[in-house]
Amino acid sequence: MDELVEISDVSLSYGGKGQTLAVEHLDLTVRRGEFVAVVGPSGCGKSTLMKLVTGLLPPTSGGIIVANREVTGPLKIVGMAFQNPNLLPWRSTLKNVMLPFEVTPPYRYELRRKRAEFESRARGLLDAVGIGEFADRSPWQLSGGMQQRVSLCRSLVHEPALLMLDEPFAALDAFTREELWDVLQDIWMKRSFTTILVTHDLREAVYLADTVYVMSSRPGRIVARHEVNLERPRRLETSLQPEFASLVLRLREQIWEQRPRTNRATSPQAVGTSV
Amino acid sequence: MNQKLATWVAPLLVVILMVVVWEFTCIVLQVPEFVLPRPSRVAVVLVESIQPIWFHASHTLFTTVLGFVLAVVVGMLLGILVGSSRLAYLGLYPVLIGFNSVPKVAVVPVLVVWFGIGTVPAVLTAFLLSFFPIAVNVATGLATVEPELRDVLRSLGATELDIVRKVGIPRSLPYFFASLKIAITLSFVGSVISETLASNVGIGTLMTQAAANFRIPLVFAALVVVAAMGIAMYAVFAAIERRMIGWALRTTVDFGAGG
Repeated sequence: MDELVEISDVSLSYGGKGQTLAVEHLDLTVRRGEFVAVVGPSGCGKSTLMKLVTGLLPPTSGGIIVANREVTGPLKIVGMAFQNPNLLPWRSTLKNVMLPFEVTPPYRYELRRKRAEFESRARGLLDAVGIGEFADRSPWQLSGGMQQRVSLCRSLVHEPALLMLDEPFAALDAFTREELWDVLQDIWMKRSFTTILVTHDLREAVYLADTVYVMSSRPGRIVARHEVNLERPRRLETSLQPEFASLVLRLREQIWEQRPRTNRATSPQAVGTSV
Repeated sequence: MNQKLATWVAPLLVVILMVVVWEFTCIVLQVPEFVLPRPSRVAVVLVESIQPIWFHASHTLFTTVLGFVLAVVVGMLLGILVGSSRLAYLGLYPVLIGFNSVPKVAVVPVLVVWFGIGTVPAVLTAFLLSFFPIAVNVATGLATVEPELRDVLRSLGATELDIVRKVGIPRSLPYFFASLKIAITLSFVGSVISETLASNVGIGTLMTQAAANFRIPLVFAALVVVAAMGIAMYAVFAAIERRMIGWALRTTVDFGAGG
């Protein structure tokens, strides 16, 4: 099997050794083209995991290998999208999507020569997520859902080997969120890039991922791994299937188990949801 | 009322009201002219002496703009340095604060000793007074780039210089233009202070001489001209600001069909 990301026995403590442990003994591998979701209670170090994989933070111990190379600094083959779309308000939507071509090697050296080609790629991607007609608008003239689509386009336009998503849909309303699940799934099925999605939405994780990892509360460790064998493309009906529901419930229980003991009283079992 | 009309009419009404109150107070209280001249008298003197006033005022305008341009260049460079480098921030910021706290009136005599009486100290005083807000604003714009946006760019392979160029500078432009409006008025204050203390030309000199001769209406006429120039320059930079950073003011920007 062709592994793109291998995280082996990684720990990270903020403020050097012996300080606050953010993640501990992390082990995780991601195959090329796999869609991985990481879920966990809040503050479990999910975002730290993102920063570790992308090389924005060096691990305190352990090793991270991406594309057969030890990660020592910020990677250049990654696209990232966050909860906040982080668009540049002084640029048009299209120019926002073009940003990776301006900074990422080797594209930045080819931009002058291939501007027309790159621009049509950007427009194509905007079309694919359904906002092609807004290419020349300012980001602040778009709705939150549209802005997140632009952000997604920006993270994908340079065809990165790895897409990192940190709760990209968390700030959206439920309808827009489910719409964007499909947008992301469709584009992933077409282009088959490797994706790591960090989320606290369990339905989102099961809907989108091939594999779901559950992290423990701080310091974060991987406590469970679930393969999602639901057929693709998954649609809203899929989420009504019993396999889907039972996996979501299973995840839910595992996350509840991570809570401190004092909070256990109101766990799902206690209120009788798993009868 | 129409918004656009209001921006013109409202301040005009305020000015007319002030002038009327001023005029009547002077008449009713019989204020002597060498204490506070009536605005109608100031207007007459302004028209009568427009030639010497314009001679001095144009010189002041030149001095001010020169000092201001210097302030923009130095302020921007300092701001970029302080805003993009942690070390420069730690080292320079306290010094800048201390420097800005020094009353510039106290510096003018030193400048006169170094450069002699005349234009150079006036330009430098205008510069000294106005570069600080520019530097601080540019630095603020650069230093407050969102950490997530920084992560996005770094994971795209951007260098520190890329981040400053692609995000930092465009992002600090609204701060920069806001500071220009403050800086240009401060620049006027600086050049007039210096002219008042040590010069033989400029509106400040004119006012000192007029005051020494008890020609108080002339002093007020000169003051009116300084205020008018200040408003005019402010309006120029406000207009440039609207053109350059419509995106920050959320006015419609047309990027054109071709992008």
